[in-house]
Amino acid sequence: MEQLIIPAIIAITIAFFSVYGLTPFVIRVLEKRNITVVDVNKKEKTMVARPGGLSIIVGIESSLIILYIFFPISEILAVLLTTFFAFIVGLIDDKKTMGGWFKPVALAFCAAPIILLGAYDSNLAFPLFGTVQIPLLYMALVVFMIPIMGNTINSIDVLNGVASGFITIASFALSICLFILQNYEVGIISLCLAFSSLAFYKYHKFPSKVFPGDSGAITFGAAYGGIAIIGGVEVIAAIAILPAIINSFLFLSSVKKIVEHREIKNPTSHTDDWKLQTTSENHAPITLVRLLIAKKPLSEKQIGYEIFKLAIFSGILAIITAFMMGVTI
Amino acid sequence: MSIPIFSFIFAMWILIIIGGGLMVIFIGPLSFSGDGQLDPLINSGIKVSIAMVLIFIWVIALLKIKNWIFRKITNQ
Repeated sequence: MEQLIIPAIIAITIAFFSVYGLTPFVIRVLEKRNITVVDVNKKEKTMVARPGGLSIIVGIESSLIILYIFFPISEILAVLLTTFFAFIVGLIDDKKTMGGWFKPVALAFCAAPIILLGAYDSNLAFPLFGTVQIPLLYMALVVFMIPIMGNTINSIDVLNGVASGFITIASFALSICLFILQNYEVGIISLCLAFSSLAFYKYHKFPSKVFPGDSGAITFGAAYGGIAIIGGVEVIAAIAILPAIINSFLFLSSVKKIVEHREIKNPTSHTDDWKLQTTSENHAPITLVRLLIAKKPLSEKQIGYEIFKLAIFSGILAIITAFMMGVTI
Repeated sequence: MSIPIFSFIFAMWILIIIGGGLMVIFIGPLSFSGDGQLDPLINSGIKVSIAMVLIFIWVIALLKIKNWIFRKITNQ
């Protein structure tokens, strides 16, 4: 345990400060090249730099490389490669809008390093009841985990600061769970993700100076999914991001097919004081944001905070679940 | 505070724990033997099929809860 402290502090510091220092530079370059998009939820036309995924991937990868130098274990290498491949998929999607099926299929291939390096345990652990060995089903879970996590985080990237703030809360909760389960190495990897996303949140929070884009959101999701697999905490990781899973579930159950989010009708509209209200459009999908504003219109900032409260609640449930892992009935 | 959404998250958490219990208690110990070399494949295949049925039931249960919560929010 003691020998992990110094490498952990170095890796976390690099994760935080590389994103913190690099993001303003990425913003300047994107703005200079006019690679910006309209922030649709602002009253005055505001252009925001997008995508900021480059600074996120540099933060995560550089911290993981440092960790790998200290602990050359296949688990770190697997997350490092999977996250990098997922970033490339996201970057392609940022540059050229691909069909709804492109991302899930391409991201499924990103799980290859985890499988090829054997950085997983085919026992699926559940709270209170113990583990179940399902090798074939687990292999499918590994393949599906990265696309599901990537798209789940990408699907909540709809308002200023939500994706980065949400993954910060979820990965801090996951880190605590991993420490409770005495899986310290993977807990440190999760902390690197948490600090990278926290640094990015500084620029992504309301009012955003940069959007992560598909490359940033998918990188967050893929890193989170990879950590869940190598740490053997798939169930806990899913619990920690339940609000995002609910968002995807609501969306899929109302749209009933996999589509690119840019192809769908906006489920919200603006009031005169520029708060978000639920749309009267019947065919617009049901989403978490639409549920939150069903009762009354809320400002973008208020909705963000409501989502963070839900994320904290899920994080607490995940930590309770981690404690329950040690108890068998 | 959106209590119905917190309730939905809590319901999902309970369903995950119950679903996990069913997996460990019923699917884990299942073992089918017959044609030697194919046994692991048959075992995994049957377990996957049962797991898929369980996931289907889980999704149906969630849909029912979602509809109930959505009705509750719109009635408020």
